[in-house]
Amino acid sequence: MTRPKPEDDEYWNSSKFSAFTFDDEDDEFTKMKESKRAVNSMLVDDDDDDDDVEKVSWSGEPIGSISWSVKETASSIRSSGEQSFPKIDITPSLPKQGSGYSLSSLFKGKQSKQFQSFSESFTDTSVRAYAPELRKPKSECKDYMSDWSPEETVRRMRKGKVFSLERFRSLQEKLLLLDEAVSENDGNVITAVLIYLKKSLSKEILFRELMLREIALRHYVHYLKEMGEQKLLVELMKALGRTDDMALMQYKEHLNIKDEGQRRDFLKNCLSLPFSQDDAIHVQDHYTLLERQIIIEANDKRGDAEIFKKFPRKASILNMPIITTLYYSCFYHYGESDGTFSSPANIRKTFRISEKQYILTALGARAKLKSWFDVDSLFNTKNWLGYTKKRSPIGFHRVVDILQKNNAPVQVLQEYMNLIDDPELKLSLAQKYKCHDIVIDTYRDLKDRQQLIVYRGKVERGSKEDKKIEELLCNMQIRWKN
Amino acid sequence: MAHTGRRDAPELPDFSLLKRLARDQLIYLLEQLPGKKDLFIDADLMSLLDRIANVTTLKQHEVDKLYKVELKPIVSTSDQLCFLIRPRIQTVKWIADIVNSDKASGRFRRYKIIFTPQKFYACETVLEEQGVYGDVTTDEWAFYLLPLDDDIISLELPEFFRDNFLEGDQRWVTTAGSALRLVYSLYGPFSKVYGIGRCAKMVYESWRDQVEDGEQKARQPEIGNVFLIDRDVDFVTPLCSQVVYEGLVDDIFRIKCGSVEFGPEVTSSDKSLKVMVNSQDKVFNEIRNEHFSNVFGFLSQKARNLQTAYDKRRGMDIQQMKTFVSEELKGLKQEHRLLSLHIGASECIMKKKTKQDFQELLKTEHSLLEGFEVRECISFIEEHINRQVRQHKQSKTIVVDLLRTQRCRSSLCSYNLINRNISYGIEHLLTFANLKQIGLLVEQQPGETLTVMESKVGKLVNDKTAGKLTDAFSSLAKKSNFRALSKRLVLIPKSGEEYDLRVPRDMAYIFSGAYIPLSCKLIEQVLERDGWTGLEEVTRMLNGHEFAVTGGTNGTEARIKTDPQRIILVMFLGGCTYSEISALRFLGREKGYKFIVLTTAITNSARLLEALLDNHA
Repeated sequence: MTRPKPEDDEYWNSSKFSAFTFDDEDDEFTKMKESKRAVNSMLVDDDDDDDDVEKVSWSGEPIGSISWSVKETASSIRSSGEQSFPKIDITPSLPKQGSGYSLSSLFKGKQSKQFQSFSESFTDTSVRAYAPELRKPKSECKDYMSDWSPEETVRRMRKGKVFSLERFRSLQEKLLLLDEAVSENDGNVITAVLIYLKKSLSKEILFRELMLREIALRHYVHYLKEMGEQKLLVELMKALGRTDDMALMQYKEHLNIKDEGQRRDFLKNCLSLPFSQDDAIHVQDHYTLLERQIIIEANDKRGDAEIFKKFPRKASILNMPIITTLYYSCFYHYGESDGTFSSPANIRKTFRISEKQYILTALGARAKLKSWFDVDSLFNTKNWLGYTKKRSPIGFHRVVDILQKNNAPVQVLQEYMNLIDDPELKLSLAQKYKCHDIVIDTYRDLKDRQQLIVYRGKVERGSKEDKKIEELLCNMQIRWKN
Repeated sequence: MAHTGRRDAPELPDFSLLKRLARDQLIYLLEQLPGKKDLFIDADLMSLLDRIANVTTLKQHEVDKLYKVELKPIVSTSDQLCFLIRPRIQTVKWIADIVNSDKASGRFRRYKIIFTPQKFYACETVLEEQGVYGDVTTDEWAFYLLPLDDDIISLELPEFFRDNFLEGDQRWVTTAGSALRLVYSLYGPFSKVYGIGRCAKMVYESWRDQVEDGEQKARQPEIGNVFLIDRDVDFVTPLCSQVVYEGLVDDIFRIKCGSVEFGPEVTSSDKSLKVMVNSQDKVFNEIRNEHFSNVFGFLSQKARNLQTAYDKRRGMDIQQMKTFVSEELKGLKQEHRLLSLHIGASECIMKKKTKQDFQELLKTEHSLLEGFEVRECISFIEEHINRQVRQHKQSKTIVVDLLRTQRCRSSLCSYNLINRNISYGIEHLLTFANLKQIGLLVEQQPGETLTVMESKVGKLVNDKTAGKLTDAFSSLAKKSNFRALSKRLVLIPKSGEEYDLRVPRDMAYIFSGAYIPLSCKLIEQVLERDGWTGLEEVTRMLNGHEFAVTGGTNGTEARIKTDPQRIILVMFLGGCTYSEISALRFLGREKGYKFIVLTTAITNSARLLEALLDNHA
């Protein structure tokens, strides 16, 4: 090893720096000189500095030890208020991927080849800012050099190798890092970078930049969702001008509220959120519905009315959809006056339920109760001459289906089956549900003797139906088509 | 059932190796934590684990008690806790809570998290933030591929779909790349890779990247070509009701990890039975790809044969009887058992489907595919919505419908929106937001250029703010192409012709001859043309992102159709259905290919829509 000059000796001896071993690199001498200069320049510039700190940081303690890292933290705190690193060369041209243990190689890496005037180059900047760098441990120095670029960092992250993002401090560096992560398509890395940016950038700045980066933005939103950072998410949506998304996001919170009273109050507050026009109507409905259900529930829970004793409720009506509520009301509160909250008419009006929907629901409910009279009146309309006529917004074959599913008696089924216009449809339904009279009458109307004969084989011999077919077949007045 | 077609199809590679690899790795990881330990397993990893190891294996490596991860406080008394989980923030938070509560009560334990198939930085950050980083050690169990059958490999990552296509989170891209890499290093090298979709492109890049880093030993390839396809290239197919036996079994009983639980109504006893459904099941293997209408006939024929075989016993002498019992009886008995099971399942399927007006549902779906009788279809759907018929089935039809009916879309859409909210609960507002996001639901926007055609119908609802214009625009442009696409690729066979489902003509048989799945048709076309030439218009309608690349070294070799060249790995990113697999098997038989399906998960219409539901916290 080249012997240092006497004036340097003084320094080396006064500190414990000799504990370092310099690697036997080729141009050791130059390096040594460089280090020396560097060190000197620091001493010159930092003469007003607190000596203790300097001593500690240069103490030559085993680098990377806990004590070192504690100091590192301390020093970085001290220098934080000052000017940060000089502009970083994104693609450093390293002369060597050397051990990095020596200070000189560190400097070399930083300053590239024109190293002659190291101390000069330092004088105009705040040297203190360099101090944290100088204190980097051996292993990190190496990483520091090779991982300088965003490309390299992202590559290391993708491979699961050690990396550090703390070095990306200027906004530009951070964004370069983010863009690099995005360009590599690895969502895991994109999120990792975003977590770092979240910690190290103010949200205003981060939001502003994310606005221009759709892919990164979606990762960020998903991350916040998973972390349950609802508040921040809402702020983000607001900043992005996506107010209806923001509103939906806040609205979603109601799912976490168990108590229906609180839920109702929450929904009430939601009403003022900037929903899109359609959504606003639904949210308003949601609030009205729950409010209504709470009132109905309070009354019906006791179950005083006879109908509740006869058909006890299986579940509470709270949080049920509108149609279920309507069904419930058609089941338990049929015939109540329009003014009551629980009456079918009121619910129908409040929630703008179409005639079709209303008929289907009411039909289901009344058929379940076997109130065939109510079923009847659902379809009765009076024409201007005062005759009643059956009319339905849904096909009568559907009506029959629903009635049959509710075990309606044959007479009721037949009545509605006869209202089906299409004979084919009527026939197939009649056969399916074994309404013999209708089948027989339809064949008669179709004058289809052959089919009638075939059908005779399907009814019980000697039964009423059998006799009816017999009569028809003997009837000479019918002009059979076959 | 006998299938004509080429018989010279090549042999499939042996994928059981993948299971062995995974098992060895898991054992190694467990050994990293010596001594007795309690193991907590993520619920959705349990069936997966069942396929490759059993409790004995775990016990041998000092696993004391097994628990399911339930995100509740734990009761374990062990000094060592090991967590085998998917990398999810919620689960990691729960573990951090355990560690912190142990700390608070002065209890000392060792904790280890094994993430599978990989860990995410976001999860580690949770450990760090909760102050338990270092108290908990982490590891990765790189279990990417679970062979479900001879020709199906699954990543068993259903969340891939939602994360990637709904949330726009690309966290699984590298995972998929690694999975492909694993196949490559064991069964490669591939000579050609085709693909379509944005995610497919990214996965390809990730795979290529990983291959470049490692080295590949020169070996005889067992898989020649690879086809990567994004699920969002074809949403129509997975939303159709399945009518092929295996697909039906999945739709009705839900096949999980290759096994299905048949309830008492199938087993005709008082207990449920879990069975594996794969090619090992001789009866199942013969009917899985069949249209359901053929299944009953086949099963009853099979039953008669069985009876004849049993009847042979009569008139046997002692010696013959002895051979019969030792050689045939066991096989017959097993067949008997399987047969009665599948007959039971078929009956159950019939019953359920009749109840659901299945016939009408199918008719509606098919008409929608063809674009006929749109008005009738709408009223059918409307009525079902009004009657609150099972939710997913219906929302599915709506979606299928929305994809296809262009003319009535705007009015229909808002109408359905209102109806559905009324019928199924208003919180589905959130689900609709999701459907919109993923492009399954399209809203009419004012001032769109595309409204030229729309305006003829008359804008019924047109009060949307122009907020999500770009979103809806792109999806509209993309989705409204279905009609044009189906014409171009001849996805809808000519109506009017009889389609004999016993002797399928083409892949349309999996949908009763009504529709050839778009995904499979694309694969067929690209393989036939050896690339995308001539399909420019089709890819344009599918939003592009198609590619076809040839491996560098053996470009000339690829011309020759060697056996491995006819083994094609199809990777579905975002899931595939059993019907699609059946279609590909059919295609393979016709063209002398063998298809291996590599999917992120098996999906169907219900799973697809469940992934988009947002009516729970």
